[in-house]
Amino acid sequence: MSGKVIVCRCEDVTLHDVEQALALGYLDIEEVKRFTGLGTGPCQGKECLVPTCRLLAVARAADAGRQGRQPEAAPFAQPFTVRPPVYSVALGTLARSGRPGGQGDKP
Amino acid sequence: MRGFPASAGALARESETVIIGGGIIGLGIAYELARRGRSDISVLEQGYLAGGASGRNGGGVRMQWSTELNIRLMQQSIDICRHFAGEMGINIWLRQGGYLFLARSAAEQQRMEKNVALQNRCGVPTRMLERDELRRIVPEIDPQGIVSACFNPRDGVVFPWPFLWGYAHRAAELGVAIHTFTRVDGIERAGDGSFLVRTSKGTIRAARVINAAGAWSPQVARLLGIELPNHPHRHEILSTEPLKPFLGPLVSLLSSGLYFSQSMRGEIVAGITTPDSASGPGSKAINMRSRLLFLETLAADLVALCPRFAGVKVLRQWAGPYDVSPDGYPILGEPPGLPGFYLACGFVGHGFMMAPIIARLYAELLCGGTAHPIFERCRLSRFEQQNLEHEEMIIG
Repeated sequence: MSGKVIVCRCEDVTLHDVEQALALGYLDIEEVKRFTGLGTGPCQGKECLVPTCRLLAVARAADAGRQGRQPEAAPFAQPFTVRPPVYSVALGTLARSGRPGGQGDKP
Repeated sequence: MRGFPASAGALARESETVIIGGGIIGLGIAYELARRGRSDISVLEQGYLAGGASGRNGGGVRMQWSTELNIRLMQQSIDICRHFAGEMGINIWLRQGGYLFLARSAAEQQRMEKNVALQNRCGVPTRMLERDELRRIVPEIDPQGIVSACFNPRDGVVFPWPFLWGYAHRAAELGVAIHTFTRVDGIERAGDGSFLVRTSKGTIRAARVINAAGAWSPQVARLLGIELPNHPHRHEILSTEPLKPFLGPLVSLLSSGLYFSQSMRGEIVAGITTPDSASGPGSKAINMRSRLLFLETLAADLVALCPRFAGVKVLRQWAGPYDVSPDGYPILGEPPGLPGFYLACGFVGHGFMMAPIIARLYAELLCGGTAHPIFERCRLSRFEQQNLEHEEMIIG
């Protein structure tokens, strides 16, 4: 069933894929992102991030329980690093903005 | 496949070998040692696997170098890559579409011809391309301003993440303990010559310590009072929207350090040399922030070379730290006066492609085998000499 639930529509990542990553011990959002590829498509995680954070919180609490620790609170809900640009931009547009008088920042 | 963060459990009190850095070099050495029956190893990684340069590079693997030593090493490395999926049970998405280098000046052309001749003597089938052949291989390139081009069809691209996990999972299966999110805070030399490695998860005693911390290796060495000459340098990459497969080789412009290839997911992955005021020789700062300057510099160069790319959209960009050594060669072996402390750093942005063969040679050395000439060439003490031969095929 979880193989038919899509978590990340951009990269076709299913709930099953995420559960497999968690079962392998990838319990950090950056690890889950890399192992499944979720959040790396056109929407850059705008859709998959929240459900993934929730799955991670549950998995990490269970892992802490197995090791006899209290589940930690805050770090679980953190999103992965935001990658610019916020919206995709054509190379031609960027090429023009980089010319003298363009919008670019300094090194 | 067994999960390694979960399998590692608590830090051991003692290991024969502690490897600092869970990147491709550290994990590669761990696997190769374990495969030789020396699996009493703890790998200490400060973050998650693939968090440093090993997870942030373009995945290029090439035989086109300017010295015989590097050419021959990379022939062996690519051979290991070709058998990696079968050996490690993981798809690394190796695609041997070749590397295509482009020269814009007579000086670059001369260097290119000299390097191609040397590569041919080593058995690498690199060849200079005529203009119509260049057009046939990558029709999107505007040949205006291109003086000459060379192409080796056996170079290629891998997907770095599964490559790293392949080493990690196999090493873990062989008994290596891989500890992620474990920071090294101190290293002390005990009276018996062993090392006490103090970490955020406890202290571990080791007969030998391998510093495979990449751009963080100078910080690790400093814990033992050693100043290394390598320094971090930020390098940025972008990835575009996925396109249907059309681009065979990885293309690189020698003049600007621009390179781009098409991943198996269809994205164009591209990087370029950009100035980085935040780093340089003497710098200790590792900066992984992204800049608009990079997008603009790269886009201007890429669109000038391939005008048809103007409409392709950039999806994402990121940065990673090159670990730059003064002469373009890595730093290997034990520093003078510190037996048991091994350096495996300073790979200048090419550690990923070098790792398969370096890890194998390093494990052979540590198991009492003969030292490959690379270890003599790459000793730390070489920096006391003048006139070191410099590897010129450093891209990006």
